[in-house]
Amino acid sequence: MYQFIYDLTGNMIISTLVVAVFPLVNVLLVALIGVYLERKVSAWMQDRVGPNRTGPYGLFQTVADFVKMMQKEDAVSNEVDKKLYNIAPVLVFAGSFAAYAAIPFSSKLIGSEAEVGIFYVIAISSLVVAGILMAGWSSNNKYSLLGAMRSAAQIVSYEIPTALVVLSMVMLTGTLSLSKMSEMQTAYFWNWNIFGGAAFALNKFLLIPFMLVGFIIVFISTLAEVNRTPFDIPEAESELVAGYFTEYCGMKWAMFMLSEYGNMFAVSAIVSILFFGGYQSPIGYLGNTIGATWLIPYEQAFWFVAKGWFFILVQMWLRWTLPRLRVDQLMAVCWKYLIPYAFLNLIIIGIISLL
Amino acid sequence: MMNAEEIYNLLKEKFGEAVIGLEKENPTEPIITASPLQIHKISEFLRDNDQLKFDSLMCLSGVDDANGEKIKEEDGSEIIKGGTLSVYYHLHSVSLKHKITLKVSAPREEPKVESVENVWKCADWHEREAFDLVGIVFLNHPDLRRILMPYDWDEFSEEISRHPLRKDYKNPEFYQGMKIPY
Amino acid sequence: MSLKTETMVLNMGPQHPSTHGVLRLELEIEGELVLSVKPHLGYLHRCFEKHSEAMQYNQVVPYTDRLDYLASIGNNLGYAIAAEKLLGIQVPERVEYIRVIMAELQRIASHMVALGSNGADIGALTPFLYLFRDREHILSIIEETCGARMLYNYIWIGGLSHDIHPDFVRKTKEFVNYFKPTIVELDNLLSYNKIFIERTANIGVLPVDTAINFGASGPTLRGSGIKFDLRRDDPYSIYDRFDFDIPVGKGLQGTVGDCWDRYYVRVREMEQSLRIIEQAIDHIPEGDVKAAIPKRIKPPKGTAYARVENPRGDLGYFIISDGNTNPFRVKVRAPSFVNLEILGELCKGHLVADIIAILGSIDIVLGEVDR
Repeated sequence: MYQFIYDLTGNMIISTLVVAVFPLVNVLLVALIGVYLERKVSAWMQDRVGPNRTGPYGLFQTVADFVKMMQKEDAVSNEVDKKLYNIAPVLVFAGSFAAYAAIPFSSKLIGSEAEVGIFYVIAISSLVVAGILMAGWSSNNKYSLLGAMRSAAQIVSYEIPTALVVLSMVMLTGTLSLSKMSEMQTAYFWNWNIFGGAAFALNKFLLIPFMLVGFIIVFISTLAEVNRTPFDIPEAESELVAGYFTEYCGMKWAMFMLSEYGNMFAVSAIVSILFFGGYQSPIGYLGNTIGATWLIPYEQAFWFVAKGWFFILVQMWLRWTLPRLRVDQLMAVCWKYLIPYAFLNLIIIGIISLL
Repeated sequence: MMNAEEIYNLLKEKFGEAVIGLEKENPTEPIITASPLQIHKISEFLRDNDQLKFDSLMCLSGVDDANGEKIKEEDGSEIIKGGTLSVYYHLHSVSLKHKITLKVSAPREEPKVESVENVWKCADWHEREAFDLVGIVFLNHPDLRRILMPYDWDEFSEEISRHPLRKDYKNPEFYQGMKIPY
Repeated sequence: MSLKTETMVLNMGPQHPSTHGVLRLELEIEGELVLSVKPHLGYLHRCFEKHSEAMQYNQVVPYTDRLDYLASIGNNLGYAIAAEKLLGIQVPERVEYIRVIMAELQRIASHMVALGSNGADIGALTPFLYLFRDREHILSIIEETCGARMLYNYIWIGGLSHDIHPDFVRKTKEFVNYFKPTIVELDNLLSYNKIFIERTANIGVLPVDTAINFGASGPTLRGSGIKFDLRRDDPYSIYDRFDFDIPVGKGLQGTVGDCWDRYYVRVREMEQSLRIIEQAIDHIPEGDVKAAIPKRIKPPKGTAYARVENPRGDLGYFIISDGNTNPFRVKVRAPSFVNLEILGELCKGHLVADIIAILGSIDIVLGEVDR
């Protein structure tokens, strides 16, 4: 993207700034729209109206919330460990924000075309655990501590099935780069990895069921990594009040929320890159048809964002339908089911790709 | 199924003096009166006897009978001296489907009643409540603390305002430095 | 090598989202494992019993509303029956029918809250709001009749405060027809949900003898598999005229007497309440609902104990009269108060998250526990 903007403006400073600010704007937008949608979607599902007072259809509800959050007094208890307490939300937010650097929004719109993109994303999102533990410990609140312990255990455990599935995909595509992975699934939707990838051979059809298994595993475990119901036990409001951010208020609290929604979009993006063609259009490009190739990156960005939002909506749908698991059951799901299946899947995909 | 009179005769035969009498003039339910310091073994018998099988304690109520001598204080309020405090036990048998009411009365100055907590487990909180609100002391109760009123109610109040369901109860003036009738 | 470990004391409540009010639980935990639970009550103590000694008999009725505020009709009914027993009055047929229908409507409404909040505690918020949507129908039926939505003050000693609304019969029938398929929906959404079953089956198992010894009643007792319902076993009002089943816990998903059984008994009880309403609604006789209300209530000296099957269990009123216009002593045997006592027994050895599930399945209302 840097090159793209540089070509456009011819100024290094502006292009660097744009590249850096773009993911931030994206995270903010995702949170802004995400919170609004969460309210509206849950309202529709529960036979309610949802926000409808602030602006048309309550569209400005989240804006009003953000304004309120900014104005709030930053109340800090005397008993907290101030340094860690203040760093924690920043760290959590940084973790989820930094993941955006390697996510290709389109063939041109990408912060860093790092060769190790997927590796980087997995590594940097682990930073969140440190932030959560800090928040839980420094708050000097038993509920926060319990929430933080649960969260650390959960995120660390669920990274394993995610990594295993990612490994199998890396094996299949032969690259760690997210943009290359997306590029390989070009043209139409039957070239997506979930349908066995672009190469047309016997392998393609053999792979489909295992791709489906891989997708389900990675979707479940990313759901757990972003603490969404049915895996929201770190912040289970009926048990732990608000989990690790019980003691936070105002903007610091808002940063946790921002990072939650930022994470939601990030993991949706990863899932769509791994299995659903990333920024590739399922039905070909309008730009190709009418001969305007400059249109293609914008189309790609549209498809990418649409896929991301689709998975966010699925996450919301699950959240408002399912109860939550208990902490030991959550671990059981991970260690007893997801990891063995992910291993098996890894081996089978390896064998098939050797055929 | 046994009626109150049969149960009374059975108890009288078994326990003699400990079972005091049968109040029948009551409009709705006959009440067997018993001695407060023997109630534990009577209860055990009521629960374990094959003809009775009172396996469930429906209700246990502490009552201030206010039948003592009423003394006017200088400020116009009354205090009661003498008389009794009573405990009513409403028993029920789930298997045999019959009911009975027991009553024990203990002197107001020294209201001591045997606890039936280990006969019917649900008596635990009921007895704590009777202790809390009426001031009946249950002997052998494992955990006789206040239950509804604050644990430190005693420290802030005169003796007359310790147990609110007594008829001569007077509101204390202060609780933890706060004036009570606002 | 062994590490020295310490247990932690965790205060759950009085301000906690799922203690159903101002209950405070003192948990001793080791990691997430609960070693002991100690409930502390009294945060909502309003001296109901002391208050009623200063009121005339009929003035106590509004106070009974505030005991179990989710099932006010049942509280009114219990108090009215106890006072009528003391006075020796017989209420007219019409009153009896309306009382039964109202009490059953109230039972459904109360179970809706119980089931919904049990689900919500476990994390399923949607069934909770579906049930609240349906509860609205009941509330508006009762509101049209007596003008209040929560604290009805509807059943008076010897009668009712208002006669039923002209639309009452039609609307109640509409509701019965509307609600039957909704129970199926609830079953599909929550009762047979795999995660919900995982969270509630085999959790907080209450054996029958413990339940009886602890004086448990209502769905908490029936969940343990014993067919005991005051409407059948000690009939009051005109319940002996209706045909209904008593659902009991059978351990369909786990052990008899677990949280899921208690939950499921409530779901099936709503169906039976609908059956009772269906049988009663067409046979309300004509007449006056205030005929038997005494002008001046001055019962003879004596005592009366009456108990009714409230949604939460066996609600008992013990009234002592000394022949005056005020009751000498009113003691309430609140079902939640007695059921809550079992909590400590049930929670031992479970995880923190299970405490919420167990508390939700016992279904307490703090207004009644603390009085």
